[in-house]
Amino acid sequence: MYVRQLSVTDWRNYHQAQLTLDPGAVVLIGANGQGKTNLVEAIGYVATLGSHRVAGDAPLVRAGADRAVVRTAVVRAGRELQIELEVTPGKANRARVNRAPATRVRDVLGILRTVLFAPEDLALVKGDPGERRRFLDELLVLRHPRYAGVRADYDRVLKQRNALLKTAGSARRAGAAGDLRTLDVWDGHLAEAGAALLAGRLELLAALRPYVVAAYDVLAGGGQTELTYDASVSELDPEADRATIGEALRRELEMVRAQEVERGITLVGPHRDELQLRIGALPARGYASHGESWSLALALKLASYDLLSSDGDEPVLLLDDVFAELDITRRARLAERATAAEQAIITAAVEADVPSSVQGQRYEVAAGEVRQL
Amino acid sequence: MYEGPVQDVIDELGRLPGVGPKGAQRIAFFLLAADSTDVGRLIAALQRVKDDVAFCKTCGNVAEGEQCRICRDPRRGDDVLCVVEEPKDIVAIERTNEFRGRYHVLGGAISPIEGIGPDQLRVRELMVRLQDATVTELILATNPNLEGEATATYLARLVKPMGLNVTRLASGLPVGGDLDYADEVTLGRAFEGRRRVDS
Repeated sequence: MYVRQLSVTDWRNYHQAQLTLDPGAVVLIGANGQGKTNLVEAIGYVATLGSHRVAGDAPLVRAGADRAVVRTAVVRAGRELQIELEVTPGKANRARVNRAPATRVRDVLGILRTVLFAPEDLALVKGDPGERRRFLDELLVLRHPRYAGVRADYDRVLKQRNALLKTAGSARRAGAAGDLRTLDVWDGHLAEAGAALLAGRLELLAALRPYVVAAYDVLAGGGQTELTYDASVSELDPEADRATIGEALRRELEMVRAQEVERGITLVGPHRDELQLRIGALPARGYASHGESWSLALALKLASYDLLSSDGDEPVLLLDDVFAELDITRRARLAERATAAEQAIITAAVEADVPSSVQGQRYEVAAGEVRQL
Repeated sequence: MYEGPVQDVIDELGRLPGVGPKGAQRIAFFLLAADSTDVGRLIAALQRVKDDVAFCKTCGNVAEGEQCRICRDPRRGDDVLCVVEEPKDIVAIERTNEFRGRYHVLGGAISPIEGIGPDQLRVRELMVRLQDATVTELILATNPNLEGEATATYLARLVKPMGLNVTRLASGLPVGGDLDYADEVTLGRAFEGRRRVDS
C-alpha cells in the first residue's frame, strides 16, 4: 500500500500543507526544526492513532488553533481510501472514511499500516525491558487486533491483584492477618490473561526471529544476532500452548506467594519478562557499540516490516532521520531496502545524507512550508 | 467562584455521580430560577428517599419497610436465587419477566483497587440464606467485566461444598444484531459458548 496524498491543517507547526506522493521513495529534506518529522508523525498518527513522540494530543495541534486535521488518501490493492482525522485535545477525536463519519475512531486502525523508524527507537536496544515488551505487544496488536483486549485485560487484572497484595502486605506488617481470600481468584484470572498474552508473544517472536537475524546480517554485513524470550516463569517451553502456560503461571504464582505478599507486587507474569537481544555472545544492552545498537534497532523495525508484508499488504516504511546516524556501507544497505519497499518516506537534514541510489520524489521543508523540488 | 450559597449548591451537586462542574452549575442556576414549590417538591422527595427507603433485610434490594416487594411476593419460587451487584440489575432482569425466583444484592463487586473485598459485600448474608438448603440453584448474574467475573468465580468456589447447582449468565451476541457489528471479544465469547442446535 502507499499514501497518495497527505494534507494537514493546523498540525504542529503547519497552517496548511498538501503533498501528493508517489509510490517508491519520497525524501523530505530540511534543516532541523522545520517540520519534516511532523509530516511523518501525521502519517503515523493515521495508522496508529498515536504519536511516536508524545503521549497526549495537545502538542499535535498548532499553537493558537483548536483542532488539527489530517487527511490522507491511501491506495491499497489498487483501491483508494480516504481517511480524515480531526484531532481536538480534551475532546473526542473524529474520523471519516471516504467522507462518511466512522462510528468509532478506532475503526480507522488497520486501514493504513506503517512501520516507523525514528531516533527514539534506539531505546529498543538501550532502554529498559519495558520498551522491548511494548515493541512486541504493539506488533502483536497490529497483526491480531484482538490482542488489544488481551493486553487491557491483563493490565487490569495486574492492577487489581497488586492492590490486593499491597493492602494485605501492609496489614501484615501492622500485625494483622491481611485479607487474602480472593487471591486465588485473581491468580486464576492473571494466569488466564497472562497465558494468552505470553502465547501471543512467543508465537510472534518465533515468526519475527528469522527476519531480525536476516535484517541485521544485511545491515551490519555479517554478525550474529540472537533473540531470546526470558520469561519470569521458569522452565517455559516456547512451544507450549495456552493451557500449559496458564498452568505453569499458576504453579509459579503459588511458589512466590510469600514473597509477593511481603513486597506487595506481582512477581511473575508477562509484565516481568524480557526480550533478550544479543550480538555475538554478548547482551546488546550495555555491551553493543552505538553503531551496533542502531543497526539492531533498525533490524527489529525492518523485521516488523517484513513480517507484516508476509501477512499480506506491504506497510508504508517511514524512516525518520536515520541515514545521518549510519556509516556509508550501512547507509547503502538501508537504501537498498528502502528502494525495494512499495513506499518509503524518508526525512533527512541534507540531501547528502541520503545515498544517491535512493531515487524518487524530493520535497523541501522550511518553516512549515513544503515545496516539491 | 460564586457567592456563598450558590457555590455551596454547585459543590454539593458536583459530588453526584455523572455530574461535572459545568453540569452542576447549570442545575444550580436552573434551581435558582425555578418556582419555589418545584424546588420544595424536590427537597421533599430527597428527604423521603433517605427517611423511608431502606434496604431489604433479606436480599439487599431497595425497600419501603423491612422487606422488598420481591421478597414479600408469595408467588415467587424459593429454590432459585439470582445474585446481582446492584438493585438496578434487579430492575433490568425484572423487565424480562422471565425470572420467577428471588434475588440477592451484593452491593458491588470485588475490586481491591477500590478496597472492596468479600467483607464489604453482602456475602455473609448470602451464605446465611443458603444454609437451610431451600435454594437448589444459584445464578451468578454479576456484570460480565473483570470484577464481575472475579466475584462470580469467588462465590462459585465458596459455595462449592454446599453441592448447589451454580450457573452463570451467558455472554454473547445481542439479539437482532448483525454479526459484523460485534466486537472481537464478544464474538470470541459467543464462539466459546456456542450450543448444539437440536433438530
